[in-house]
Amino acid sequence: MDTFLSGLRHAIWLLVHLDPIVVEVTLRTLQVSGTATLVASFVGILVGTYLAQARFPGRRLLVSLVNTGMGLPPVVVGLFVALMLWRSGPLGQLRLIYTPAAMVIAQAIIATPIVTGVSIAAIQQLDPRLRLQLLGLGASRGQAALLLWWEARRSLLAAAMAGFGGAVSEVGASIMVGGNIAGQTRVLTTATVLETSKGNFDTAMALGILLLFLSFSIMLGATWLQQSGRGDR
Amino acid sequence: MNGALLSLREIQVRCGDHLILEVPALDLYPEEILAVIGPNGAGKTTLLHTVAGLVPLARGQVLLHGQAVDPRRVSYRRRLALVLQEPVLLDLSVLANVLVGLRLRRIPQKEAEALALESLERLGVAHLAHRSARTLSGGEAQRVSLARALALQPEVLLLDEPFSSLDAPTRAALLADLRDLLRGTRTTTLFVTHDQDEALQLGDRVAVLLQGQVRQVGTPEQVFGAPADEEIAAFVGVENLIPGRVVARSDGGVVVEAGSRRLEVAAEAPMGEAVWVCLRPEDVVLSLTDPSPTTTSARNRFRGQVVKIAARGRLYHVTADCGFRLVAAITPRSLHELNLTCGQEVTATFKATAAHLILRGQ
Repeated sequence: MDTFLSGLRHAIWLLVHLDPIVVEVTLRTLQVSGTATLVASFVGILVGTYLAQARFPGRRLLVSLVNTGMGLPPVVVGLFVALMLWRSGPLGQLRLIYTPAAMVIAQAIIATPIVTGVSIAAIQQLDPRLRLQLLGLGASRGQAALLLWWEARRSLLAAAMAGFGGAVSEVGASIMVGGNIAGQTRVLTTATVLETSKGNFDTAMALGILLLFLSFSIMLGATWLQQSGRGDR
Repeated sequence: MNGALLSLREIQVRCGDHLILEVPALDLYPEEILAVIGPNGAGKTTLLHTVAGLVPLARGQVLLHGQAVDPRRVSYRRRLALVLQEPVLLDLSVLANVLVGLRLRRIPQKEAEALALESLERLGVAHLAHRSARTLSGGEAQRVSLARALALQPEVLLLDEPFSSLDAPTRAALLADLRDLLRGTRTTTLFVTHDQDEALQLGDRVAVLLQGQVRQVGTPEQVFGAPADEEIAAFVGVENLIPGRVVARSDGGVVVEAGSRRLEVAAEAPMGEAVWVCLRPEDVVLSLTDPSPTTTSARNRFRGQVVKIAARGRLYHVTADCGFRLVAAITPRSLHELNLTCGQEVTATFKATAAHLILRGQ
């Protein structure tokens, strides 16, 4: 209980004094997971819209694969990306291993199936006649897709939020491809793991609380956007 | 070139190996309303989607002003507008919904808003412009959906049973408004429905679609009065359809002038209105002598000449020319007793209450 209280006190102290290392780690977390979410949303919403509407043999299998991918173990993704980016690996010349870019790649791979899966559901829950009606009013296929996204905007925002949740909370892949290098690839999750293993429970707790706070603020903003114009609060 | 605005030629639409629509030829002329009737599953919606460029053609051609076009192209689709059976509105304001089609065509904002408001006004829902489309009743939503299509001033308006999801009074009001609106704006319209009354109220011409094939195209009198074959007759139910105009009120109804004849019908209709008098063949009685008014309660009596006798199931349909064509259904026994032959003089009678009126506009 003592550890818990002193951890809380330390956390508040770190937050109030804007500890430069903590600020730096927090900003990097936002940068890495934010970029990964953007990439995952772009790919996931496009692929999700296609899979929700297209009719071709093997579509069900693909959708099942996407749904399976929503639970991809981050360590497995980390291992795969590390093998690809390893200096002697197929993409070794890119020299991306142990950089934030490698972490973005790994997190995007984790988040993309999540965004795709939720997007499929979001587009499929729209009235199937909506696309037909838009085409019947003279929409090009692209215009019809944009209007469908607008109509499903709340669910698609939920898809992006779920993707961000998956990216910001994973730790296995970030450690494997980023290496948890101070000042370079250290993010809130990897720092928490490190501090815990060193026995610095109060710092670990402070970082954990910060991570929760960060997630909460972003989700709060997104939820506010999502729920605006619905009449209630 | 035959003056048609839109023509279908040798069209085949397939779903897998299944042929679901076959149209050797169908023409839509400028400013006309062509009503396509057929039972559910006959391929009416497929026909409409074919014209709208929403289904791939297995073979055949769509011609616009006599020129072959690719109906899947946006440039073609933008010359038409489609209204679905049930209104599908976006989660936006009513005005924004009507603006959608105009924005897709990149019409400048001010002009688009003016067109949208005018169209809403025409359908009597301008007061709803700033409401959310999600809060509308079924009738209101269908009016908005129609306003959205009409705001585009399409060369061809495509209507897919737009009244079938509405309750009876809402439907009647919308049908009357739409008829006046389409005639007023001279909008060329292809309208599919399973409801014959709707087809009669809106259609200048009627096409019958059965099992994916257009089986008969003609004026309402031709299609309903003289179905081309047994199957069409079974679907349309062979009605006597007599075009006329309301000229006077009578005891408990109105008098309709049809050519040189006057018919009494127990129904209400505004004076001067153009109407169809509808009458089932079973309600027409034939006799050889002219019964005196004291021996029959039927208000309508006409002398005429038998022009056709045809077997229809267990009954015979006898067509008499009384200044208009009148079909009577009689039993084989009556046919035998009356000893009817073509060219014979007969008297046809029917009660004022047996007939009903459908308004057909100007």
